[in-house]
Amino acid sequence: MPNIILNGLQISVPDGTTILNAAKQAGIEIPHYCYHPKLPIAGSCRMCLVEVEKAPKLMTACSTTVTDGMVVFTDSEKVRKAVTGVLELMLIHHPLDCPICDQAGECGLQDYYMKYGLHKSRYDLEDKVHKTKHQDIGGQIMLDSERCILCSRCVRFLNEVPKTGELEISQRANHSEIGIFPGRPLDNHYTGNLADVCPVGALTSKDFRFKCRVWFLSSVKSVCTGCANGCNIDAHFREQTMYRVKPRVNDAVNQAWMCDFGRLEYKKANEGRILEPTLRQGGSDRTPGWDSALADVAFKLKDAVDHHGAEAVAVIASPQSSNEELFLIRRLADEILGTPNLSFTSRVAGDGFADEILIKADKNPNAKGAGLLGISDSGFDALLQKIADKKIKALLVFGNVLGDLADNEVATLLSAVPFVGLAGSNESALSRAAHAVLPTASIFERSGTFTNSAGRVQRFEAGFLPRGNARPDLDIVTGIANRLGAGWTFEGAAAVFAVISASVAPFAGLTYESLGDQGQNVTEAGNA
Amino acid sequence: MELVLTTHFGNDQYHAIGTYQELGGYVALKKALGMTSDAIIDEVKKASLRGRGGAGFPAGIKWGFLPKNDRPRVLVINADEGEPGTFKDRLIMSRGPHLLIEGIAIAAFALNAHMSYIYIRGEFVKEANILNEAIDEAYAKGFLGKNILGSGFDLDLTVHRGAGAYVCGEETSLINSLEGKRGWPRLKPPFPAVVGAFGLPTIVNNVETLADVPWIITNGGEKFAALGSEKNGGTRLIGVSGWVEKPGVYELPCGTNLKDIIYKHCGGIKNGKALKAVIPGGSSTVVLRPDEIDVAYDIESMAKIGSASGSGGVIVIPEGTCMVRILSVLMNFYAHESCGQCTPCREGTGWFKTIVSRIENGKGRPGDIELLLDICDNIMGRTVCPLSEAAGMPVKGFLTKFRDEFEQHIRDQKCPYGNKFQSAHA
Ligand SMILES: Cc1cc2nc3c(=O)[nH]c(=O)nc-3n(C[C@H](O)[C@H](O)[C@H](O)COP(=O)(O)O)c2cc1C
Ligand code: SF4
Ligand code: SF4
Ligand code: SF4
Ligand code: FES
Repeated sequence: MPNIILNGLQISVPDGTTILNAAKQAGIEIPHYCYHPKLPIAGSCRMCLVEVEKAPKLMTACSTTVTDGMVVFTDSEKVRKAVTGVLELMLIHHPLDCPICDQAGECGLQDYYMKYGLHKSRYDLEDKVHKTKHQDIGGQIMLDSERCILCSRCVRFLNEVPKTGELEISQRANHSEIGIFPGRPLDNHYTGNLADVCPVGALTSKDFRFKCRVWFLSSVKSVCTGCANGCNIDAHFREQTMYRVKPRVNDAVNQAWMCDFGRLEYKKANEGRILEPTLRQGGSDRTPGWDSALADVAFKLKDAVDHHGAEAVAVIASPQSSNEELFLIRRLADEILGTPNLSFTSRVAGDGFADEILIKADKNPNAKGAGLLGISDSGFDALLQKIADKKIKALLVFGNVLGDLADNEVATLLSAVPFVGLAGSNESALSRAAHAVLPTASIFERSGTFTNSAGRVQRFEAGFLPRGNARPDLDIVTGIANRLGAGWTFEGAAAVFAVISASVAPFAGLTYESLGDQGQNVTEAGNA
Repeated sequence: MELVLTTHFGNDQYHAIGTYQELGGYVALKKALGMTSDAIIDEVKKASLRGRGGAGFPAGIKWGFLPKNDRPRVLVINADEGEPGTFKDRLIMSRGPHLLIEGIAIAAFALNAHMSYIYIRGEFVKEANILNEAIDEAYAKGFLGKNILGSGFDLDLTVHRGAGAYVCGEETSLINSLEGKRGWPRLKPPFPAVVGAFGLPTIVNNVETLADVPWIITNGGEKFAALGSEKNGGTRLIGVSGWVEKPGVYELPCGTNLKDIIYKHCGGIKNGKALKAVIPGGSSTVVLRPDEIDVAYDIESMAKIGSASGSGGVIVIPEGTCMVRILSVLMNFYAHESCGQCTPCREGTGWFKTIVSRIENGKGRPGDIELLLDICDNIMGRTVCPLSEAAGMPVKGFLTKFRDEFEQHIRDQKCPYGNKFQSAHA
């Protein structure tokens, strides 16, 4: 553990730590552009210059590892002049598009300019080198190369992560320009990350462009529902509208990245939402409010049990549901309805693409959790058969899809059941076929945990209240169960999780608090 | 006077292996193959052989930096010769290619390197062809290839042509370019001796540095050292260009007086004009006024007067030449050649060019001189490779030594010499 003196402060850091990271640990921010914690060091922007005692020149903090006894200054007069000088040089060809730039508000140039710049421009407008503006370079990305500060983060990202190398810097000196090779646009599943790694507004998201100023957005910690990897994300919203998600760092799961598919999953929270509990009878829809709707569903389930036996009732769970929701759904089926007909499937329409980077073939966030909580997917096809054979008189379905069934297959299958209750968030073939539709909260409107395919239990938090008259699934399951005499009194996901950890072996020892924002793995036994 | 390199350069068959051998060639290699690696390196250390590429690092000491492990090593020969005013290595390659090949074989043997590459400037097509022919001859005679002269030592030598970038003369950029990558200098550490070409320990030496080695092995390091001045062994090839009676490449002992080089060896200033300035060691070195040139042309003596012998390219500037225009030409060069990786160099060199050319074109402004000097401060020593310093040195030199001429341009809003330099790359 080398000891160093940083701005007069004695600190001790692990061997091999760079000055930049040592300073970070001491709460001192050293300005940087080309440095990115998850990419190889370039050491070329020269923003991170610091003074090291006895070194003849200023050193780059991002690339210099500390040695025992090193004396470093990050705020001396010499350093300030150097950093201001580099920033000035960085800006001489910059178009200063801030009023129309999407990066404004989260731009590395604006941030450091306020801190180190504030100089009057010594460079003439007419001498600025002009480069290509707004080019669609493929994937989710637009490029404005005039705004580029040539930090090479994007180049390193493409070389290191998807390993596809579509971007390169061409030309030399101040004609250097970032771009794709002629006729070869971005072609990988991770292009959206380029807008995140780019410290300025050169690479921006086509999806987010011009939608909203970033300072109007609020953020909440969440988890992607696009596949079983469970990439950690920050969800950015304004009032009840989602604007974008960005990957949140988790070294055990997704480093700092997410895939392009997952990045657009948020749209489901905005589009085609079901907003009112609805009862459908003889071709006409009623919206009687939650009490009546829950009572109706509970009654229909009980009625089927009473008249045809518990075997005539079935519950189809969803691997899109949280651990807590699935736990209560299992108890509803097992303890309240007493039916053996409980299953789910993680099959979805599509090719089940997977890669070695993040993307998993299972396109659900919580199939692993469902299994650990005692809901098996092995009986799913048999259950569908029972439905088709008209053995099921009342069916309760969670989610927006029924496995990989096409819309017309869903309609045909469900026409065989006298009563179908659905708890779902979006309009679908299921919601069109159901007799009772209970609108559920989107991922951004409720809290809970998922267990990813590697057995990591991760929390997601509610950012805003459910749209319209939708409700969290937990309330809905509890509402049905209590109308059937369950007497449950859970207050939110944390309370349910406490019961899970006390009663389901793989979750033993985990608490909602200890999961924190990075998650924890289920025990080995559960993971096996 | 004893010569190390150019004794037979007048012989137009010296490039052929037969002639080279008749005149004593490849005897040093035989001798070296009978020596230990340490003994060879020792001899080179004793010779006080300083790198001829520009930085003047002692060759023997550099060779000692290779880590003591059994990873394959690479010897790279820097034949990029891109520094403006420098044209000595091409003479060695065209007139005495076997001197270089023999030096490479000896150095590679001493370094236990089995792979070597000559990275030659792309424009040197003729020299590359001569080298390739000479290499074929050397392979045929068993001086290269497997089991050289029955010693059990193997060495392959390949000529790799560059694609026209000054920065590719910088050793780590050269290595990237050799590997087929963009010619961007690498961050150091790690130094090439530890992680160099293809990730292997690598020594990079200039053409002239290695061409001196056979002589050192034949005659001994002490004798080589005695040819030159203190800490500067041997002779140097000095390329003199500009307004002298007899421009050309001169082989002279290290430490020869610079004034003598110009007035005695080169016959003085052409047409009896007065001397105005001398750029002493390639365009990146600090310009000298006439009263400063009575100095020994070696590394320490030149450093003492704030300049450098650099790559041995002396550019002689006569009275009546516009110094602003010269600086403008130079700044056009650096602004074109910055690799663009580091912010200060990428933007600073371009800014230098913009300001100096506006001064030359009668559009200079009060404060431009201070601005230029401030940019020097903001870029020199702040970058991955020394190119920013290479660009800043002439700016500082010209502005401090010929400041009045810049002031006059700005004051009169025109060039007093009537020169107009239009940038080719504007
Ligand atoms: C911008 C730049 C250009 C250079 N160009 C050359 C060159 O053309 N030839 C050369 O031998 N060294 C050149 N060098 C120096 C090399 O980096 C390196 O120091 C040299 O090849 C080492 O060989 P030596 O020790 O035998 O001199 C250059 C350095 C810089 C910074
Ligand atoms: S586009 Fe962005 S990430 Fe890429 S080099 Fe330019 S500034 Fe850096
Ligand atoms: S890899 Fe999976 S979890 Fe991660 S962003 Fe993509 S879809 Fe979402
Ligand atoms: S100093 Fe200039 S030439 Fe050297 S690496 Fe930096 S930008 Fe490239
Ligand atoms: S952050 Fe260190 S050089 Fe760019």
